[in-house]
Amino acid sequence: MRTTDIAVGYCLRNVRMDLLFEEHPYVRDFFDANGLPPADPCVRVEEYFSEMSPVFLEDIGFDREGLIDRLVTFIERMEDVKKGQNLSVKKVTVLGGKDKNGVPEDVRLEMKAGEIVCIVGPTGSGKSRLLADIEWMAQGDTPTGRRILIDDEKPLRKWRFSLEHKLVAQLSQNMNFVMDLSVREFVSMHAESRMVPDRRERVRTVIEQANVLAGESFSPDIPVTALSGGQSRALMIADTAFLSSSPIVLIDEIENAGINRKRAMDLLVRRDKIVLVATHDPLLALMGSQRISIRNGGIDKILQTSKEENEHMKTLEKLDGFLNRCREVLRNGESLEVLPDFSL
Amino acid sequence: MKVITVSGPPSSGKTSVVLKAAWEMKSDGLSVGAVKFDCLSTGDRKLYERNGVDARTGLSGSLCPDHFFVSNVEECLSWGMERSFDVLFLESAGLCNRCSPHIQGVTAVCVIDNLMGVNTPKKIGPMLKLADIVVITKGDIVSQAEREIFALKVRQANPGGSVLHVGGISGQGACELVSLLMEGEEIESISGRSLRFAMPSALCSYCLGETRIGKEHQMGSVRKICLE
Repeated sequence: MRTTDIAVGYCLRNVRMDLLFEEHPYVRDFFDANGLPPADPCVRVEEYFSEMSPVFLEDIGFDREGLIDRLVTFIERMEDVKKGQNLSVKKVTVLGGKDKNGVPEDVRLEMKAGEIVCIVGPTGSGKSRLLADIEWMAQGDTPTGRRILIDDEKPLRKWRFSLEHKLVAQLSQNMNFVMDLSVREFVSMHAESRMVPDRRERVRTVIEQANVLAGESFSPDIPVTALSGGQSRALMIADTAFLSSSPIVLIDEIENAGINRKRAMDLLVRRDKIVLVATHDPLLALMGSQRISIRNGGIDKILQTSKEENEHMKTLEKLDGFLNRCREVLRNGESLEVLPDFSL
Repeated sequence: MKVITVSGPPSSGKTSVVLKAAWEMKSDGLSVGAVKFDCLSTGDRKLYERNGVDARTGLSGSLCPDHFFVSNVEECLSWGMERSFDVLFLESAGLCNRCSPHIQGVTAVCVIDNLMGVNTPKKIGPMLKLADIVVITKGDIVSQAEREIFALKVRQANPGGSVLHVGGISGQGACELVSLLMEGEEIESISGRSLRFAMPSALCSYCLGETRIGKEHQMGSVRKICLE
């Protein structure tokens, strides 16, 4: 235990219970998680714990001192969560390691806040390993030997295991919900667990923006388990943009998800996230400013999206719009005998 | 030898996590052994050995699996020492949410999964709350927000430990888990060490094989439920 913990612990023992709850409202969660009995508001923390019977302590499997120490650690962690809200990263750098055959990767990849970077490469080529290296803030200690710098500096080791310093939010392809909650309850719970200020306002924004992204709109009152694939994805992207404190978002294969992909990317980038997308979808791949090609476990090439490629975006968008309109026609139960206008 | 106790509810992915970690350790040239405690039957020895981990299994049968674990842990350690493993995993059956024989000074891992529901972390006792490392599995089948909420609930129940996600199928995070496991101290002998918390108090007549129901058949340490 560090000196500061002892000092905090010493002061905490003399705080009155009502003041403790007032200053740290989340202490309720500590009481709840440990099944502690309700507290008399007028007693001091130390008295509260000293009144616990040995039988009760045995039941929950703790000794008295252990419980007070845990309360101190708990308060510290929760204060870290609050601070995590202000986590900001301007630049992430990947310094090359080696590929599966030990051939050095001669690269220095720099990604800046508000930038989209795409990752391409055959299945099994090592895309996930690159994402994992970034998430772990590897320091030459993973199979690839890569090193990650945050704002040009070596990140603190303790960040690796801190939930509050999670650099990376990962949106995977599977997007099931197992919690039996309405959309509003779900997003509120997430906001609460992140200790987001002005919670109501933020929850409303998340749901509103998710509805903009999703092809079909949904009400805040329906259960999350009733959302369609596209709606879930839209909700998670809006949620990540507005509630997650992680400055980097990893997206694995977002194609054909029934959401407006361009808007989704814009939303994340506008929130100054670094968006990393593993994709083979040409529309998404060209949206990025750079494209990393992975081969045999290593970064093979870094391509800057060229002017010509940017020009081709227009054609791809047209194609995508055309396909979307066809989809819409079918969804409405109409016939495709006459194709929608391609030139729109 | 690094000794690691692994606990967690049934089917949370304990064996998968150990196998993925063992694979990473073996590719670093370490020798790995495992003892799996189970209750009635287990096919895990084969599973371990197919993955190149020398393993033994122990079945508790009619005994409390955690009592069985702690009464045999010394022997397991000697077995590991004889074979001079670099790392020995001791995997418990994970049947009781309160107990799991975490030992003072021996790295204790608790494995739970994202599908267990948001209230599970607080329902699990010292097994989760006193573990050094909590591994959360099955993150690939829930949303990012659910992973975050669940991890925070775990953090609330165990504010002091390290919490990390490992994919039991993909192995994502296993390499990271290993670097944490290798920080544990070298253990030569376990005799005389203490459990981190006491096992449930015994002994009532049902512990001794009584099957009949009714007050007259209940003896020993009996506590009554309060239905007020």
